[in-house]
Amino acid sequence: MIATGLSALWSHWRRNPLQLFTLVAGLALATALWSGVQAVNSEARASYDAAAATLGEGQYDQLLPKAGEDIAQETFIALRRAGWLVGPVIEGQIGAAGAQVRLVGIDPLTAPGGLGPVAGGSIALPDFLEDRPVFANAATAAKLEGFIDAPIVVEPSIAPDTAITDVFVAQRVLDAQGSLSRLIVATEQPMGRPPLERIAPALTRRPAQGGSDVGRLTDSFHLNLTAFGLLSFAVGIFIVHGAIGLAFEQRRGMVRTLRALGMPLRSLIALMAAELLVLALIGGAIGVCLGYLVAASLLPDVAATLKGLYGAQVSGTLQLRPAWWLSGLAISVLGTGIAATGALASVARMPLLASARPRAWATSRGVMRQVQMTASIGLLGLAGILAAFGNGLVMGFGLLACLLIGAALALPLLLDGALRLAASLARGVTAQWFWADTRQQLSGLSLALMALLLAMAANVGVSTMVSSFRLTFTGFLDQRLASELYVSTESIEQARALEAFAATRTSEVLPLLSVESELAGLPAELYGARIGATYRENWSLLASSPQVWDLVAAGDAVLVNEQLARRAGIWVGDALTVAPETTLPIAGVFGDYGNPIGQAIVSEPLFAQLHPQVRATRFGLRTDDAGSLRVALTAEFGLPAQSITDQAQIKAFSLGVFERTFTVTAALNVLTLTVAGFAIFMSLLTLAGMRVPQLAPAWALGMTRRRLGQLELIRAVVLAALTAACALPLGLALAWVLLTVVNVEAFGWRLPMYVFPRDYAVLGLFALGAAVLAAAWPARKMSRTPPADLLKVFANER
Amino acid sequence: MLLHVTDLKKSYAGADEFIPVLRGIDMEVTSGETMALTGESGSGKSTLLHLIGGLDTADSGSIVMNGQDISSMDDAGRAAVRRHSVGIIFQQFNLIPSLDVSANIAFQARLAGVYNSAKADELAAALGLGDQLRKYPEQLSGGQQQRVAIARALAAKPRLILADEPTGNLDEATAAEVMAQMLALVAQTGAALVMVTHSPRLAGQMGRQLHLSKGLLA
Repeated sequence: MIATGLSALWSHWRRNPLQLFTLVAGLALATALWSGVQAVNSEARASYDAAAATLGEGQYDQLLPKAGEDIAQETFIALRRAGWLVGPVIEGQIGAAGAQVRLVGIDPLTAPGGLGPVAGGSIALPDFLEDRPVFANAATAAKLEGFIDAPIVVEPSIAPDTAITDVFVAQRVLDAQGSLSRLIVATEQPMGRPPLERIAPALTRRPAQGGSDVGRLTDSFHLNLTAFGLLSFAVGIFIVHGAIGLAFEQRRGMVRTLRALGMPLRSLIALMAAELLVLALIGGAIGVCLGYLVAASLLPDVAATLKGLYGAQVSGTLQLRPAWWLSGLAISVLGTGIAATGALASVARMPLLASARPRAWATSRGVMRQVQMTASIGLLGLAGILAAFGNGLVMGFGLLACLLIGAALALPLLLDGALRLAASLARGVTAQWFWADTRQQLSGLSLALMALLLAMAANVGVSTMVSSFRLTFTGFLDQRLASELYVSTESIEQARALEAFAATRTSEVLPLLSVESELAGLPAELYGARIGATYRENWSLLASSPQVWDLVAAGDAVLVNEQLARRAGIWVGDALTVAPETTLPIAGVFGDYGNPIGQAIVSEPLFAQLHPQVRATRFGLRTDDAGSLRVALTAEFGLPAQSITDQAQIKAFSLGVFERTFTVTAALNVLTLTVAGFAIFMSLLTLAGMRVPQLAPAWALGMTRRRLGQLELIRAVVLAALTAACALPLGLALAWVLLTVVNVEAFGWRLPMYVFPRDYAVLGLFALGAAVLAAAWPARKMSRTPPADLLKVFANER
Repeated sequence: MLLHVTDLKKSYAGADEFIPVLRGIDMEVTSGETMALTGESGSGKSTLLHLIGGLDTADSGSIVMNGQDISSMDDAGRAAVRRHSVGIIFQQFNLIPSLDVSANIAFQARLAGVYNSAKADELAAALGLGDQLRKYPEQLSGGQQQRVAIARALAAKPRLILADEPTGNLDEATAAEVMAQMLALVAQTGAALVMVTHSPRLAGQMGRQLHLSKGLLA
């Protein structure tokens, strides 16, 4: 019985390959978008984990300098002698084959177990100590070839653009003899050792964390990508829901016959569920393959973005990780389950003697409309409440979900209202028939139109966010990169000489002074600024107290960036401790877009007082003749070309990083809209076969097939245009949530929102074009329906 | 006794009240018997046929077929009865559009586990479908489709065949031809036949006639 039932169910797909294709393609596209994004995420996370596993980030407590960047080697020795089981680490960047490689030096004898290539079994400890090799993955090893004076060993588990070696070698290569970056604290420590404050008061102990620093830092970025993946998947689910619904609708007759001939309902439901499971797995598998291609094309941009924004090293190539392809299959099955539950329940409830004729895909019944309207109003109301009273990133995404799903559910009701209005205004008989017929088609197309609504809203929302960001960021760069030239010197002495040389040849010399620090309990950077005309004229602050620059210049106040202000819950007027026993009022908050961590700025004299060991080796120079000054600096100090950067170069680089950041979202935008266009195409194509009985009377009464085809095309355009009209306000609401809620929670800065009517008009035209393309083939098919097929509608034997 | 129906009642929900369709039917059918159910539209003929076939459930009363009370069975039990003991021929044919003629004829027999290809071929040939076996229902005329439905019902070797106006969609000549073939084949199998019809001429060809009026047997 099972085999016979399955053969009958399967025969439907064999005879209707287009429907099968719709279903599998819908599943595949939904899965592809989801698994593509997940692949990028899991690849990036794997890179961080590789780094964390190799370097002990997150696994162990660490000792870090309270201020500044270095720990003296003597401090390490003192701690060891006092009984502290700590291992030294030195880190730095080295130039290699036109790229920067992070060089990490460790000591295998004192490093806690489970760290480094020695613990990984790549090399025996005596060989490591004797040869002192440098370990790197194949790509990094190739870059290092010829740039480092030590044997290079390829070790695939090492994080991208990272090399590991003995601490002695690293100190030599980095020219930092006697210096260490941090100390890793072993989990087991001897009892009775003296406290840290007594042996090394300049160090602070940072407890072990669940994940790596970089991993947590970039979580926001991945969260955004995941949200996009979910949004794309939601669009896909609408397609799958539509495809499954139509497939079930067209098989109502078969279901009735199978049951009448003795197939038990329970067996039939089980067979249909099994059939869908198989199709979900097939669609999911194809989707995972497509997702791999999407991820492979996106990953280089993501890697560049993460490196540019956060300094996180991510491999630019993709590996097939079981976690994401399994999650791709799971999401396909889950999505099919969600989409099919209603259809299977409808089959289970369908009386055996129900009409076998397809109902043109669930003609909206009063009860369903009521439920839909109630759910829509409830979700939109909840979105309003969350917007007004909620906080936190999860709330932000909850708000987005409520807004989008509520709006999608409201769409068919809004369209129905608009069509009803059009029908009441129609005068000619053709127009009256057209509007009435369009209303009848609405229920069959509503899922595809919901997918289009979500795709367009996502486009409007994300493009508004990106364009607002671009405008703000460009203005911000003009403000922050005021100096015409930026110069890096090679030593403190050269820096002093350069400052003296430039004093008479420039209008202002701005030293770039900074230390890593901890402010308001958060990791941050403290900057020393020479407050002069440049700051006073170019910097616009988000909030400030009167005479802000005078106060900061006098060392009586501090400026903080928006990230630090929001994360620490501080604002103008509050106090901030910038160093032990130095607490200053906050006189201003500045926008600092693109920077993940907090910053505070004090005057140069105060900075020198707090951190006398830090001297500026980089300077911004204000001049009217950057070209001549560059020549003069090169002649005087013999500085290499890469040590002098002009403003335009930095701006171009910064904008480049920014553009890459959003290449990923732009690509996903296009993909999502394409998928929505595909949904409309498939819905129209599937409906075309069911439309013959509805069109035959109009044809019989004198309307030509060509005219019917044209009206089909116009119908698609009208529905797409109405959907686009609904998508615009939804997209703007989405942008508002992204800019004022999600962005603030994820990145710590708030951006002003701008609107871009021209972009929206282009998007609208694109959507109409997609609708025309989607409707063209079904309309052509309609206009070429053989008269014999139309006549069958009236034949008694049909 | 093949079928014993006792005090069978059925009503449907109307706008404000329940509308009785069958008000207490008592009837018996013996093996090999042919019976016509006649009556005006809305008299409950098709409802009675559906209840006997286990396609619907009665409000009260009993339907005992081969000693089994169908009226007390759940969906799976009634499905088993339809599969093994009943062959149903519908006015609208109800063939499976995605299966060809051969597979349609074999379908119920396969479900019941009694499929015999020689027997199926023999039935197809007897109904003039021998050269149509690879065609799909949409490629057949109405008369041919109804012949396929008859072959499908007979191939499952049921004890009882229920036919709901089987020639209602056919022209007169074709109807007569199909009817003659069906009666001949039913007679060969020894199954009982209960047929709903409006046609006095077709009813006259049956061994017994029952007339329903307003939900009661006249």
